Amino acid sequence: MGGDAAGNGVNTAYGLVAIIVVCVLTLAVGAFGLRLSRTTSDFYVAGRTVTPYRNASAIGGEYLSAASFLGIAGLIYTGGLDMLWFPVGYTVGYVVLLVLVAAPLRRSGAYTLADFAEARLESRAIRRMCSFLVVGIGWLYLLPQLQGAGLALRAVTGAPSWLGGLVVAAVVVANVAAGGMRSITLVQAVQYWLKLTAIAVPAFVLLAFWAGDGAPGPAVLRTDPGWAQPLHGLAGQGHPVYATYSLLLALALGTMGLPHVLVRFYTNPDGRAARRTTLTVIALLGVFYLFPPVYGFLGRTYLPELPAGAAPDTVMLSLPGLMAGGTLGDILSAVLAGGAFAAFLSTASGLTISVAGVLDQDVLRGWLARLTAQDATTVQGFRLASVPAVLVPYAVSLVVEPVGLATMVSLAFAVAASTFCPLLVLGAWWRGLSTVGAGAGLVVGGLLAAIAVAATVLAGPIDGWPGALLGQPAAWTVPIAFATAVVVSLATPGRIPRNTSRTLVRLHSPEDLALEGRADQPAPRNRSTISGRS
Amino acid sequence: MNHPPPERPPARVRVTSTRRDAPTRHDVRPLTRDLDEQSTLGEVYLSGLMGAQLRLALQVLAFGAVGLGGLPLLFVLVPATRSLTIAGVPLAWLVLAVVVYPVALVVSRFYVRASERIEAEFSRTVERG
Repeated sequence: MGGDAAGNGVNTAYGLVAIIVVCVLTLAVGAFGLRLSRTTSDFYVAGRTVTPYRNASAIGGEYLSAASFLGIAGLIYTGGLDMLWFPVGYTVGYVVLLVLVAAPLRRSGAYTLADFAEARLESRAIRRMCSFLVVGIGWLYLLPQLQGAGLALRAVTGAPSWLGGLVVAAVVVANVAAGGMRSITLVQAVQYWLKLTAIAVPAFVLLAFWAGDGAPGPAVLRTDPGWAQPLHGLAGQGHPVYATYSLLLALALGTMGLPHVLVRFYTNPDGRAARRTTLTVIALLGVFYLFPPVYGFLGRTYLPELPAGAAPDTVMLSLPGLMAGGTLGDILSAVLAGGAFAAFLSTASGLTISVAGVLDQDVLRGWLARLTAQDATTVQGFRLASVPAVLVPYAVSLVVEPVGLATMVSLAFAVAASTFCPLLVLGAWWRGLSTVGAGAGLVVGGLLAAIAVAATVLAGPIDGWPGALLGQPAAWTVPIAFATAVVVSLATPGRIPRNTSRTLVRLHSPEDLALEGRADQPAPRNRSTISGRS
Repeated sequence: MNHPPPERPPARVRVTSTRRDAPTRHDVRPLTRDLDEQSTLGEVYLSGLMGAQLRLALQVLAFGAVGLGGLPLLFVLVPATRSLTIAGVPLAWLVLAVVVYPVALVVSRFYVRASERIEAEFSRTVERG
């Protein structure tokens, strides 16, 4: 396909320049951050010295993925009003995270989710399950990012689909391996503002054009008024009321279980800062999510029929060409394409950090130590781990048919909500959680969610209730996972971790109390080489 | 060490260095030590703190569940609300695309302040004792 043959009217040269600028900028900021990145703590949690404001920008930058940047506009284009539940759920997830786990998670003093689980439940087996799940959810979430990159690059330049994913994979590995968390924090913080600008400026320009055209309404309102009304768009799966509630539950509870979100909470200096960071994140997300619906609406107005072979996810990229035309249209399209690439890069980086962290700690480190007779440093292991962390999902993205960016992402949320949400919530608030109960909850929730994901991704559309239940599994998998963890815990009171009370004291008491066993006082930068900790 | 002797001796475990034990501090104040050592007094204080925080969290969640979770229910039960417009803007769009975000922010802000107040109170109580 040639540039314009992709049916989007995006000028190849401008789009290409925008994408290259974003990639180079990402690498340059990463290289700058590299000069600051020295210790293992820097690599994993940026030395725990990131201010709430910058950390919130970084979380925003990392969280606003391909699904948010291109996916929501595409969903609203096809599904209408009901799809607004996606951005609402993405934001509400942070409110739930804030009130239930933000401060306790930070105060646990762990580096990763697996560390938290091990510290709270005092079990290596639980740790291994968590590591497995982090890698699984991370890869499930990386898949649509890489597919989206292929989609966007093809829409802009006509390049084959596999190339976009490869570009993202290469930039991410270079950045993650080089700088680790500290440099990535800076990169992500810059990416949020880049993405907000890239989505807001074209939106205002296009709205001006729309007003200039006499503010027309979408033609779809006359043929299919349901597009603009609730309980209609999710009906593709049947049972829109169930689908709406299940989706909302998955997004609201799944956010706290996303590995790349969690790891950011450990970069806060203390629990209070973790809360303030979350508050800022909610503000930043709210501002960003005002814009995707604008594109969905304008898309319906100016592009009544989707061109054959074009994915709804690329509607946004073709709007400026249709509405503004000429050089202005080309430039706006290029800005949007650049922003979309920023979204792929930042989310993929965050996910890669978490997956690489787990692969390094739980798989590679022991193996590397045997291989090199303890010569390899921890940082080398982390760098090495970032390669499979990206390449595996990239390989899968070449094989699996895309099912829509936001659909894929919502499945990752459903898995996270069915596994880590019960673990974190019960772990932070319930003394009665036993090791066996937590493990049973993880296994049952994870298996059920995995079955639903596999059926949805592999089997194609399923009709009626089975399709609705499998397509939006959270409404039943989450309660079952919670119930399993609680019931099994009640049945095995002897397996409640010995130090539960002590751990809970640490999770909940404010930092200004000098407690024993608080290993995570805000530390001077040079304190934390990992050798003392591993 | 201070635990009562169990019926059968615990399984032998190999003691190795743990992963994240930092050097412990010994210059702690008496009541914080109660917390550390899980004495009855410490338990009481911890329960108080956790209970207060959990009640606050559940209040916020209940507000969200009713406010947001009630919307689809409203659309089901009163179909007329599906196409209701306010000053030409459909109500459903207005709420889901715009109003949700500032409300979420205000609620979160309320939560952060309230929970910091609970913690400040806790610190004052514990350190005074």
